[in-house]
Amino acid sequence: MELKPGSRWKSAVCTTEVVIVRPPKTPVSLECGGHPMVALADAAPEGLELSPDFSAGTSVGKRYFDEAASIEVLGSKAGKGSLGVDGRPLNLKEAKALPASD
Amino acid sequence: MQISLLLEMVAESFPDRPMLSGPQGAIEGGEVLARARAGAAWLAKQPGETLVFCGLNGPTLPIALFAGAMAGMPFAPVNYRLADADLRKLLARTAPSVAIVDADMLSRVEGVEGVTFVAREAFDAACVDPANRDVDLAPSEQDIAVLLFTSGTTGEPKAAVLRHGNLSSYVVSTVEFLGAEEGEAALISVPPYHIAGISAILTGIYGGRRLVYLAAFTPDAWVDTALAEHVTHAMVVPTMLGRILDVLDKRAITLPELRALSYGGGRMPLPVIERSLGLMPQVDYVNAYGLTETSSTVAVLGPDDHREAIASQDPAVRARLGSVGRPLPSLELEIRCPDGKVLPAGQSGEIHVRGEQVAGEYLHKKVLADDGWFATNDAGYLDEGGYLFVEGRLDDVIVRGGENISPGEIEDVLREHPRVRDVAVLGLPDDQWGERVAAVLVCDGEQPSVAELADWVKARLRSTKTPESWDFRSELPYNDTGKLLRRVLKTELTTPAAA
Repeated sequence: MELKPGSRWKSAVCTTEVVIVRPPKTPVSLECGGHPMVALADAAPEGLELSPDFSAGTSVGKRYFDEAASIEVLGSKAGKGSLGVDGRPLNLKEAKALPASD
Repeated sequence: MQISLLLEMVAESFPDRPMLSGPQGAIEGGEVLARARAGAAWLAKQPGETLVFCGLNGPTLPIALFAGAMAGMPFAPVNYRLADADLRKLLARTAPSVAIVDADMLSRVEGVEGVTFVAREAFDAACVDPANRDVDLAPSEQDIAVLLFTSGTTGEPKAAVLRHGNLSSYVVSTVEFLGAEEGEAALISVPPYHIAGISAILTGIYGGRRLVYLAAFTPDAWVDTALAEHVTHAMVVPTMLGRILDVLDKRAITLPELRALSYGGGRMPLPVIERSLGLMPQVDYVNAYGLTETSSTVAVLGPDDHREAIASQDPAVRARLGSVGRPLPSLELEIRCPDGKVLPAGQSGEIHVRGEQVAGEYLHKKVLADDGWFATNDAGYLDEGGYLFVEGRLDDVIVRGGENISPGEIEDVLREHPRVRDVAVLGLPDDQWGERVAAVLVCDGEQPSVAELADWVKARLRSTKTPESWDFRSELPYNDTGKLLRRVLKTELTTPAAA
C-alpha cells in the first residue's frame, strides 16, 4: 500500500475512513479493526471480522499517529474499528488549540 | 488532502447546522455541500481549466471555492477594484477559464479571450438546479487549490500558488474539528481575493463556526451586521478597526456579543488596540502574521499574551503588544542575515519559515529553497521569549550610512505624538548617507513644528533615526486591504514637482 499524503483509505470491517496527513518514512500496513485498510476507490474484501483488540472506534476530525513509523492520519468518517500500523495501535494526537486568527 | 473533504466532513457530521449567512438568510451545511457538488457538476461541462471569481463577498464565494475544488479547477478570485484595463489584463492571464462575475461588473470584463463569463446569479441557479444534483463526480487529481494574485505593492501582480496540501495542512494542524461552540459566528469582511478571505472559509467551516458575509466593508454596515447576526468572532485589517471604533463611539454602543477579534495584514497602531480594549474589555484579541505564500497565519499573539502584556510592568513584556506573537507549533521560523546565518534573539534580519502550509510558489516559479525554507522578504526579530516582531518589508528597511533603520519603529514613536493621526516613514536617496530618513505625516488640528517633531523622535530614539525631511499631507495612500503604499510616496517624493 502506497500511503501518499492526501490519499484516502477505508476500513474493510466498518465505516471508518481516513486521509493520510503525513506519510510513513518506511512502508507500513495501515489497518483498521485489525485488518489492512483499502484504497477508497477499491472494493473491500468480504468476510472479515472486527478484531476485539481494535474495536475502540475512530472519530471524524481526530488525528492519529505512530511515532516509530512517523505516520499521521485524519479520521474523515467515523467507525467502530480503531486504527493501527503493523499490528500496533495508533495514538490519538491531542489538538493544540490555537486562537482563531482568520 | 483536497480542501473539499474538509467541507464534506463537517456537512456530513452536522448537515442541519447553519454554515453560511448572507443577505438571503442562512444556508445549512448539508445544503452547502449539495450546492457545491451541483456547481462542480455544472462546471465540469464548461470549457476552461481555472475558475475565476470576480465579485463581492457572499455565500456564493465559498460554494464556488469548493465547487471548483471538486471539479478539479484552481480557484482564482480577482480584485474587482482594479482599473478595468488592469482587471482585463489579469483575467487574460487566467485563460482558459470560467469566470463567475457579479452582474453589474460583467460589462467591464466581457470579451477577454479564452474566458467564459457567467453571471453570479446563473452560477447560483446552477447550484440549486435539480439537473445538477445527484451527479456522480469523478475524484479530482488537480493539486492546485487556489491562485491568488498578490497585491502588487511592489510591481506587477504575481500569481501565488496554494496547493490543496498546503491549505488543508494549515487547517488540520491549527483548527480543532468542530471545536466551535454552538452559536459562534464569524463576520467576514476581508475581500475574496485576499488570503485571509480564503483561509477564513476553510478554518471557519472546519471549526464549525457559521460564516456571516458582508458584501463589502463599510464601518456602519459592519457594525449593523455584527449586531443583527449575533457575531462572536471577526477578523479585521488595521484600517478597518479604527473606523469601526469611530462608529461605535458615534452611536454610543458596544458589541456585547463579540468574543474575539483578530487583526492582521499590516501594522496595527497601538493606540487603536488600546482604545478597542477600553471600549470592549470582554473581547479576546488575536494578532496574526502571515503571507499569501504561507497559506495565511504563521505567528499568533493570543488573548492571554495581550492580557499579560497590558498588565505587565516589565517593558520587554509590555512591548509584546507590538509583536505578532509566537510561531505556530506546526512550523519552523528563523531570522537570518543576508549571508544565510541564523541570528540569535534580539538581532534583526529576514524572516524565514518552513512547514507543510508554506507554499512559497508562484505560477511557473517555485521560490522555496531545496530544503523547504521560504524567505518572506519581511524584516524582523525574535525576543528572548520567542515573540516575533515584524519590522516591515525588507525593501522598506532604510539603510543610512550602513545602519539598518526600521521605518515601523519611528512611525510608532511619531504616532504617539498627540497631534499625529497617521504617519509613514521611508528612505529617500541621499548622496552622503546612501539613504536618509523621511517622514510623511497627517496631523490633527494645528500642525506641530518640524523642530518639535524632531525633538520628539530624538528624545525617544537616537539622532540617526530622526527624520531629516518632513512632509505634511491630508491623507496617506493605502490599498484596499490596508497596506500602506510606501512605493507611491517614494515615487512622489523623489520626482521633482516640476516634472
